[in-house]
Amino acid sequence: MLKRLVRDLKATMGIYQAREDRVYGLLAEFEHPGALLKAARTVRMAGYKHFDTHSPFPIHGMDKAMGLGQSKVGYITFLGGATGLALATWLQWWTSAVDYPINISGKPFFAIEPSIPIMFELTVLFSALFAVGGMLLLNGLPRPYNPLFYSRAFARVTDDAFFLHVAASDRQFDLEGTEALLRDAQAQHVEVIHDHGYSELHA
Amino acid sequence: MADTLHSSPILVKLVDTAEPTRGHALKPYQWTGGTRAYLVPMLIGAATLAVSLVVGFSETFREQFYFSYLVGWTFCLSLALGALFVVLIKHLTKASWIVALRRIPEALAASFPFLALLSIPIIIGLFDDHGLYHHWSIDGIADPGSEHYDEILAGKVAYLNKPFFLLRLAFYFVIWTLVSSKLWGLSLRQDLSGNAHIAAKQRKVSAWGLPLVALTTAFGSYDLLMSVDPHWFSTIFGVYFFAGAFMAAFCLIALLCMFLQRMGMLRGVVTREHYHDLGKLMFAFVVFWAYIAFSQYMLYWYGGIPEETIWFRHRLEHGWETHSAILLVAHFILPFLILLPRAVKRNLPLLAVMAVWLLVMQWFDHHWLAMPVLHYDQATFHWLDVSCWIGLTALFLGVTLWRLSRHALVPQGDPFLAKSLRFENV
Repeated sequence: MLKRLVRDLKATMGIYQAREDRVYGLLAEFEHPGALLKAARTVRMAGYKHFDTHSPFPIHGMDKAMGLGQSKVGYITFLGGATGLALATWLQWWTSAVDYPINISGKPFFAIEPSIPIMFELTVLFSALFAVGGMLLLNGLPRPYNPLFYSRAFARVTDDAFFLHVAASDRQFDLEGTEALLRDAQAQHVEVIHDHGYSELHA
Repeated sequence: MADTLHSSPILVKLVDTAEPTRGHALKPYQWTGGTRAYLVPMLIGAATLAVSLVVGFSETFREQFYFSYLVGWTFCLSLALGALFVVLIKHLTKASWIVALRRIPEALAASFPFLALLSIPIIIGLFDDHGLYHHWSIDGIADPGSEHYDEILAGKVAYLNKPFFLLRLAFYFVIWTLVSSKLWGLSLRQDLSGNAHIAAKQRKVSAWGLPLVALTTAFGSYDLLMSVDPHWFSTIFGVYFFAGAFMAAFCLIALLCMFLQRMGMLRGVVTREHYHDLGKLMFAFVVFWAYIAFSQYMLYWYGGIPEETIWFRHRLEHGWETHSAILLVAHFILPFLILLPRAVKRNLPLLAVMAVWLLVMQWFDHHWLAMPVLHYDQATFHWLDVSCWIGLTALFLGVTLWRLSRHALVPQGDPFLAKSLRFENV
């Protein structure tokens, strides 16, 4: 149960587990961005959850086609902002009224007025840090190792090729059935990717 | 009322410097709201304003009336100026998302000749010894032998005197009218010819127009609002006025789009995506307003110099502290938290509520700027505050809608219109 949950959580980050027999998933290549967009919609409609698309440039409408929904990073950012605000308020009060109170031209030891710039700055700083951190947490980056790199064709993904990867960890994954679905969706090539922890090419 | 306006070219020119071009509008961009949509607010405004004027100029209410009228009139002025800034910045940044609804800020910004006409009571107030600016305009202010002698204001008399004040006010309105009517005319010509070079001309006008409008807006706010308390000065006051004006303009643009769509116009032209962006800008300038308001306050708090802090002192006692607190909570904290989530900016009824709320706060802000000078001993609202505000605003909106009805509702000749219609937030 917990294992399943962790696996699904990791899958939302684009990190998929290979099957017992080391099958990582199917990698399908498409001719152009439009075909990839259509295929993503087909795969989503067929009920798949663990799949991802790869292209040299962002494709307009892909989020919708893949059913990605709205990013949750905003909530993490808000949490960061609230943390920064609270921390700055405490910092200002503790340093100026508790730890080292100095009378400056008769002003109160702790006052809200001169504290607001610090509260503002720390709110912004913590929002930014949480936004970047949250983004990395949610998308699973940086990720130097990815079994897809074993595919020779996949090297062209930063150049002129469009790929859709259906992970073997998906509940609906089935070598023959999924391959048939991808071929129906106009895939040019479909390749089985194995995750051995090393490249087959050099083995 | 419409008949008199149609048969009287001078009055028409005052409202719309261009001849009507609605005959050339493409079918989906035509005004289909009939005459009631602008006649009703015009009549409500004119009637409310007439009552306010008649009662206001009676002996008992005159002092109150000048201040109430000033707050209502600067509220409308800030909307027109905010809309003019929207148009200027749109052209200079070549923003394409806003093209589909560009005609609305353009129409709002074309109001300056009409607002100049409505400034007459302010000018009468200038010449009244119990009027708006009597603290500096009263005779003998610079004469050591006079009972009205004021050492500080004697030093400011080169700037704060009636002829120069009138000259400056005229100059501001000439600049605002010149820039806005040039942009309005170019935009309407673009409708007719679809000439692609007009976009470059609009950019050119905006390039010299923006710094001029920015400076005249700042000085206009010093003269009209800050000089009611002439001992006090704040160099950031112009930015403060701009921040509220710019925010309020986005609120009004969103509301006018919703109003026109309810009437069956602009359907499929202005989409949720455009409202989302208007909501983002409302949010951004709620924050900007707070940033500027605090920047002004903090420096005076730190300095602690009596001649500077007195202005805030007046606003922190005798009931005005409640107004100040409301401003902090309802002009910043609550709108900040409410407008923060994406879902709110994409929910039209909620966005409409926030737009009305913030427009009320913009008026409340101007009320807070001017009224403690008159009622320094007790915070109040007078019914004239409300009647002048509602009267002027309704008239201003009615006239703007009438101006809109004379032309296509969408800049149909703009080369970026198609892009704007397709616009989607990522």
